[in-house]
Amino acid sequence: MSKEWPLWEVFIRSQHGLAHKHVGSLHAPDAEMAINNARDVYTRRNEGVSIWVARAADIVASSPSDKGALFEPANNKVYRHPTFFPMPEEVKNL
Amino acid sequence: MDAKCQYLLRQGDNALVLSQQLCQLVGKGPALEEDMALSNVALDLLGQTRMWLSYAGELEGRGCDEDRLAFLRDAIDYRNCLLVEQPNGSYADTLARQFLFDTWHYFLMDGLGRSSDERVRDIALKSIKEVTYHLRRSGDLMVRLGDGSEKSHAMMQTALDELWMYSGEMFIYDEIDNAMVAQGVAPAAELLRKQALDHMAEVFQEATLTMPSPDAWMQRGGKQGRHSERLGFILAEMQFLQRAYPGAAW
Repeated sequence: MSKEWPLWEVFIRSQHGLAHKHVGSLHAPDAEMAINNARDVYTRRNEGVSIWVARAADIVASSPSDKGALFEPANNKVYRHPTFFPMPEEVKNL
Repeated sequence: MDAKCQYLLRQGDNALVLSQQLCQLVGKGPALEEDMALSNVALDLLGQTRMWLSYAGELEGRGCDEDRLAFLRDAIDYRNCLLVEQPNGSYADTLARQFLFDTWHYFLMDGLGRSSDERVRDIALKSIKEVTYHLRRSGDLMVRLGDGSEKSHAMMQTALDELWMYSGEMFIYDEIDNAMVAQGVAPAAELLRKQALDHMAEVFQEATLTMPSPDAWMQRGGKQGRHSERLGFILAEMQFLQRAYPGAAW
């Protein structure tokens, strides 16, 4: 077994109603200490109301080489953006 | 100097000396995460120091603010208990010292949160949120290292055995502490000691550590200003700038 502590990804919700946002990563031997460490490393300036940690190894990521197949088909489909609808004056801040 | 002022100095000096010692570890922690955690604790304690010492300075009425009290008093005028001036040593020593301190500190703040003195109550209520986390963290690490590998267990047990004689001074009340109890400012020694020992016993059991005897002989004297020579070195480093360049400011 490696002597290094495993890597954890840290997600913090800055206020109620917002989603958790990825803020960085850290090392910790288990989930409980990962939460403690996240508190000490990432919430020193009053950043959060809630912390999530997930083992970096458990996160499945898309591969950069799949970028073309995954994302480019959406490039030329402007009709998917709701920009063609005339909006009434009253909802101009939408 | 009246009893309350002395009592406030004791609280401020405990937090200040431990904070200064923890600050010496900044950048030297065993892992980045531990390093940050320790310096957070040091900063919390420094913030608490300011509240205690500025109140003490006001009561003393000689125009001493928290800075003068921290940087221009000599070791003999410091009122911290001997535990906090014990060396950082190995990480096991640092953690055992922290756990012994945090346990007492937590139950003291809990008691001071019901103080008859409004200002003391406010400081305690503000501090206890920080201290709750300190105790949770140091207790958790006691368990992890005590119940960890053979080596970590042995180091933790040795650290605990060596520091144990400094763990009782805070519960041995003198005339100043007793005056504070009589005025309703401070909690009684017996209750505080029982709460702390019960919590320690629980953590030591989970950590598979053998608890040294609570009735063992305890070192004392720090609260009355009788310190080990170590405090002189700690203060020499902490006070150097103000001693060499009096009145230097940002």
